[in-house]
Amino acid sequence: MANSTTEKATDKTKPAPAEAVNMMSVLAPALGWLIPGAGHVIQKRWIRGLLLFVSIVTLFVLGLAMQGRIYKANGGDILDMLGFIGDAGAGALYIVTLAADWGQGAIAFATADYGTKFMIVAGLLNFIAVADAYHIAIGKKQ
Amino acid sequence: MTITLNHFSAATVFALFASIVFGITHRETTREMVRYGLYCFVMFLGGVLVAGWAMWLVRR
Repeated sequence: MANSTTEKATDKTKPAPAEAVNMMSVLAPALGWLIPGAGHVIQKRWIRGLLLFVSIVTLFVLGLAMQGRIYKANGGDILDMLGFIGDAGAGALYIVTLAADWGQGAIAFATADYGTKFMIVAGLLNFIAVADAYHIAIGKKQ
Repeated sequence: MTITLNHFSAATVFALFASIVFGITHRETTREMVRYGLYCFVMFLGGVLVAGWAMWLVRR
């Protein structure tokens, strides 16, 4: 009797088993960061992946077309660093933009500031998509 | 190529794409995703309109 009570008590305090780290739980977030939505596509969530891709890429490209500014790693200022973190979330889009020397920002356009924010938000939304792809990979989400 | 959007159209585009991502990532079933996405979209645009009118009132 005493034993069964102790057993029940230990069951409650026992930590939940760690989620299995499989190949997909590493691959999906990595690919999802590089290409928005790809983390969902490789897990056969075609429509979700496509919608994420279209949303994030459109937001980023619109930001560029609005003459938005891209942040670099060595900004110095704390806000520049935060901007860099946001931009870097866009993965390949950010890398290509840097490599092509786009996103210099045009002060002449009043909408350029909107564009800068569009690109940062696109990167931040991709971080959320990456987390979602990971949750699907470990079975926490369908 | 340069695209020039006014404040409201920029906010609408932003709300649309952010809502799609929020809907997909924050809910489990397709139905819930659509409902939550629509909810976010309405809240984004509603917030823009409320803030716009509030600023108009403050300015007067």
